[in-house]
Amino acid sequence: MTDTLVVQNLRKTIGKKEIIKGLSFSLREGEVFGFLGPNGAGKTTTIRMLVGLIKPTSGRVSICGYDLQRQFADAIRHVGCIVENPELYPYLSGWENLEHFARMLPSFSKERLQEVVHLVGLQHRIHDRVRTYSLGMRQRLGIAQALLGQPKVLILDEPTNGLDPVGIREMREFIRLLAEKEKLSVLVSSHLLSEIQLMCDRVAIMAKGEIIRIDDVETLLKEQARVYWKVDSLERAKNILANETTVLETDGMLVTGYEASQLAVWNEKLVQAGIRVSEIQPKLPTLEDLFIELTGGETID
Amino acid sequence: MINLVYNEMLKIVRKKRLFIISAIIAVLVGLFTYAQYKHVQDVQKRLGTTDWRTQLQQQIIDTQNRLNSSGISEEWRKFLKIRLQQQQYYLDHNINPSAPGAPTFMRMFVENSIELFLPLMVMVVVADLVSSEASGGTMKLLLTRPVKRWKILLSKYIAMGVSISFIMLALVVLSYAISGAVFGYGGWNLPLLTGFTVQGEELNTANVHLIPQWKYLLIELGLASFVAIVVGTLTFMLSVIMRSTAAVMGIMLAALISGAILSNMVSSWESAKYLFMVNLRLTDYISGAAPPIAGMTLGFSIGVLAVWGLVALIVSFFVFITRDVY
Repeated sequence: MTDTLVVQNLRKTIGKKEIIKGLSFSLREGEVFGFLGPNGAGKTTTIRMLVGLIKPTSGRVSICGYDLQRQFADAIRHVGCIVENPELYPYLSGWENLEHFARMLPSFSKERLQEVVHLVGLQHRIHDRVRTYSLGMRQRLGIAQALLGQPKVLILDEPTNGLDPVGIREMREFIRLLAEKEKLSVLVSSHLLSEIQLMCDRVAIMAKGEIIRIDDVETLLKEQARVYWKVDSLERAKNILANETTVLETDGMLVTGYEASQLAVWNEKLVQAGIRVSEIQPKLPTLEDLFIELTGGETID
Repeated sequence: MINLVYNEMLKIVRKKRLFIISAIIAVLVGLFTYAQYKHVQDVQKRLGTTDWRTQLQQQIIDTQNRLNSSGISEEWRKFLKIRLQQQQYYLDHNINPSAPGAPTFMRMFVENSIELFLPLMVMVVVADLVSSEASGGTMKLLLTRPVKRWKILLSKYIAMGVSISFIMLALVVLSYAISGAVFGYGGWNLPLLTGFTVQGEELNTANVHLIPQWKYLLIELGLASFVAIVVGTLTFMLSVIMRSTAAVMGIMLAALISGAILSNMVSSWESAKYLFMVNLRLTDYISGAAPPIAGMTLGFSIGVLAVWGLVALIVSFFVFITRDVY
């Protein structure tokens, strides 16, 4: 797999304050990459640097081999983006908005416009004024304009923000489709952990302007998996398990790490000690747990 | 580039700005035409006679008498001769000097609107040209296209130029069409006096001569367009710097109004002549009214305005290209 977007040691200093402290990561073709962090972690600032709205203090962004600073037009041609809300011209129709942005591309055709309108499923309302659109429709129109130039990289800042549950689900499926069928690299930022968990292949966890960790969502989750034990005598069970591994107690259940080979052994010891075990429950953690663990208890929102 | 300018014009037109401006001009021209009409009627009533020819003939005789009397300077004699020529022309061509045709009305309208009304119309279009993109959030979409930032700003500036041309055209066409319905459409060749220069305290009439009204109008319209472009450029700069259209409007209005007030009281504060807003009445130099501050000439005012405009343009592009968009 080839890298479509490469970020090297990206920094941004405003005044004396360093807001982004040396980010490095890359996006592969056909993957959905999550950008996770609490509000104020620097997600939006980073995204704005990736699309050339903010000049980085130092560091390098290259898109499909073009340097964003020096070959702006060539680099940005391969990027489609929505930064924050999809704000379009409310006094123009959806179609006119698309035409407006298409005219700014080196070349465009009516067919491509039709194509993206169908792709986002807006064909029935495309000639209405954007003023009359619902947020979900604006979001779709935003995606349509991002896809106009047939980009290799799609950057979406909080794409499910303000959508209803059905809309969120549709958006998620749509993003997966774009990555898998069209082989786009999609960068999605979110402060909603469940979102990232459901649609991303890899995730970068950000806090205070730094990337704490980048890994496959699967790996991260597996590593942090837990087993919940429900027993009739908490104290005695805890003592026995404590000899084997670290044990925590929550909501009347004991929690240990997930070690597949050891589970049966531990259970046997409990049973031999006369403790009745009514549940052994392996659980994948939410990214929320993960986040709290990695950042040392910093809250998400 | 043509595509970009087309985009900008589309936005201006769809915001109905040009329509609103045309409507405002039409209404104002209507009002002024009526006022002028009333004024003409009033003058005729006061003179007690509807026959303005006798009146004019009397004036010509007066001028001739003064010319014949001894003890007037050579310069003054020359001026009186030109006046005589003008009055004779009115009589010969059957023109009532106090009830002028549409071109004269248009000329007066341009002269009176150059300082405040015309800049105001320009502001209506230009004030939100850039700031609305910033406050509406569409700036982010605009700047993430494969087009360099200076090209985007240049397309907006060109769109401003096109809009100003439209405003000037609307001003000419509407004032001519509407006032002509009342005063008649003739009078293009009416001779007018120009060439006055002010030297110290005195009006120098040495270079005064007659030019036909259409030439006079062309000069004035040229000057008015220049003022409109300079004011437009200044508004453009503020629009680039500020996100709030209201703030842009407020600052420009304050500057223009203070200019109108200052013109009446700055004669002793000499360095005020470098402010752009006291230099807006370029047409006064043609018609021979005294400038607000001694030493100001047509060339000087055009120079001051050009420098202001140029600096504003440089600042606009510099800020727009280098700014981080949040």
